[in-house]
Amino acid sequence: MCYKTIIAGALAAAAYTLPAHAQVSDDVLKIGVLTDMAGVAADITGKGSVVAAEMAVEEFSSTVLGKPIQIISADHQHKADIGASIARKWLDVENVDAIADIPNSAVALAIQNLAREKKRIALFSGAGSTALTNDQCSPYGFHWTYDTYSVSHGTASAVVKAGGASWFMLASDYAFGHQLAKDAGDVVKASGGDVLGEVLHPLGTADFSSFLLQAQSSGAKVIGIANAGADTVNAIKQAGEFGIVEQGQSLAALILFLQDVHSLGLAVAKGTYLTTASYWDIDDQSRVWSEKFKSRTGMMPSMVHAGVYGSVLHYLKAVEKAGTDDAGKVAAAIRELPINDAFTHDAHVREDGRVLRDMYLARVKEPSASKGEWDYFEIVSKIPAADTVWPLDKSTCPLVKK
Amino acid sequence: MTIAVEATNDPLSVNHASGTMPVTHRVVFLLLILLSLIAPFFVYPVFLMKVMCFALFACSLNLLLGFGGLMSFGHAAYFGGAAYVAAHVAKVWETTPEVAILLGTLSSTVLGLAIGSLAIRRQGIYFAMVTLAFAQMVFFGALQFPFTGGEDGIQNVPRGDLFGLFSLRSDFSLYFVVLVISFGGFLAIYRIIHSPFGLVLKAIRENEVRAVSLGYQVNHYKLIVFVLSATLAGLAGATKTIVFQLASLTDVHWSMSGEAVLMTLIGGMGTVFGPVVGAAVIVTMQDYLASLGAWVTVIQGCIFVISVLLFREGIVGLIAKVLRRPL
Repeated sequence: MCYKTIIAGALAAAAYTLPAHAQVSDDVLKIGVLTDMAGVAADITGKGSVVAAEMAVEEFSSTVLGKPIQIISADHQHKADIGASIARKWLDVENVDAIADIPNSAVALAIQNLAREKKRIALFSGAGSTALTNDQCSPYGFHWTYDTYSVSHGTASAVVKAGGASWFMLASDYAFGHQLAKDAGDVVKASGGDVLGEVLHPLGTADFSSFLLQAQSSGAKVIGIANAGADTVNAIKQAGEFGIVEQGQSLAALILFLQDVHSLGLAVAKGTYLTTASYWDIDDQSRVWSEKFKSRTGMMPSMVHAGVYGSVLHYLKAVEKAGTDDAGKVAAAIRELPINDAFTHDAHVREDGRVLRDMYLARVKEPSASKGEWDYFEIVSKIPAADTVWPLDKSTCPLVKK
Repeated sequence: MTIAVEATNDPLSVNHASGTMPVTHRVVFLLLILLSLIAPFFVYPVFLMKVMCFALFACSLNLLLGFGGLMSFGHAAYFGGAAYVAAHVAKVWETTPEVAILLGTLSSTVLGLAIGSLAIRRQGIYFAMVTLAFAQMVFFGALQFPFTGGEDGIQNVPRGDLFGLFSLRSDFSLYFVVLVISFGGFLAIYRIIHSPFGLVLKAIRENEVRAVSLGYQVNHYKLIVFVLSATLAGLAGATKTIVFQLASLTDVHWSMSGEAVLMTLIGGMGTVFGPVVGAAVIVTMQDYLASLGAWVTVIQGCIFVISVLLFREGIVGLIAKVLRRPL
């Protein structure tokens, strides 16, 4: 290791003597996509995230500052130690300049700390933990697409405004579910609505019938589903079997992705409210990009895919502006430049590393209203950026000056 | 080195009439030491540390399964439990790493004593299920307790300074600490299985009724080996926490118990060196094939099937058969 440091030091010294040239360490800009290829998040991240990152690189014709850009990828298998050891190797041995995507909050937080220590850029798209921009925030870490706050607040406030004033919370019984239900409940109350009750279900349960019956008999207009992944899919599926939507109650899933709706089918998921950072069918730009994405992957992009694309593209723009791949200068450029891509218009990065963007409240279409495959969401309203992020005055991030 | 020599001279490491460590074992030990001294110059040290932690974890299970004949399906509880305790101690109590590892390991000893004293009352599949059930309770605890951080785990655990003197921030210096710990654990296991206690264990494994008829307090022996195994699994988990600076739900998940069983079986159950080889194979696949995505688990499954169908005694077991020497 020692001699490597010396060589690296010598190279760095040599590089500084040539200030006229653009500076990219080891003559290649490497971006690692650390994702879930086979687990619960494989559909919304996985291969699609790698393709999304490649499409961003192609917009730069695969070169920046005259040096080639390389995308590498790995599957963290939802294990924090595997994720951390891959990332360590990427940063220490393979000189990866930035790591993107990273679903699973335990892995994401491990990478956040690693990237801070090693001074490299981390671009979170698949992870949802608000800790990434609060007490664990980093000058080099950027939280791109969504967090649990944005999806719960966005959905709750918008649904109350749309007339769903009385809520019943169905939450998974661990810290994540409690937090989600509490966040959403607070917003419901602040928006003038009321939470009639709450029931906690065990993580990974197969049988939601007793919980759904309680929700049904509560008489609440909206059932808030505060869980994630397979639990959300199972809860919505079984709510469909009970005919809950037909009988006049609505479902609001606090975390639901396009691919989840695809696997549920419209007949089951119809009428569910959700918040999404992007949707393929918003304007011409997003449609063109998404069709290209679909021709390569066979599916329309989830908001995470769009986020990986956007974050990698913005990173490359920042490298170009900074004229170097030095993480400190690139991070400054990331914060400085406005974010524009096929899905994002004039967004920007806040001091804690969170991307501020407008999001959308969507409602899953009736099967009869859908014009074809992947035509699943009806956009109900736009949620202004300020309503989708943790308020700075409550932030515990040391980077936020108070 | 010195420890190895000590073990060699140990009159109790009797396996053969000669009263010393068999030549093959001596050769393999020497090779292992040599390899582990050279390896960090060529292979990424963090990866090697991970292999060593999992090798110790698999060896601890092998002690119970291969030599005690007790199939535990809940070893993640001790591995992960110690990981969480060590992470909490190092991060919140701000102790030096050796204190964190020690307290983590001790917590597994206590946990092993509690679970073991109940589980050993049953045999076979019921024993496995009881250990699994308790491990699931530990998982539930890790999910719910406020100090474990739920699905985020405990992150950013400081590596700290060994004895308050030597900084472990560099992977290289940490490597040798982990090497000493895992080698120490390994030698302890070697010593246990070649002691009179280990011989009684093997007797119980082969024929429990007969061991009882010979006057041995079978449950006594079973409990001791259970606690020893839990302690060593805890040592592996606590060390892993310091290496990766995190403890997460993965460490206490039942699939972690499964992984230990897989490593033991592929390497060779009931062999001395088998679990080390098994751990190296599995961890290498997980890390180096990570870019293949979903194929990692498929390849793992295939290797397991092949191993069960073609060489049930595991890689090291097969080599031992060819060499006609116990390894």
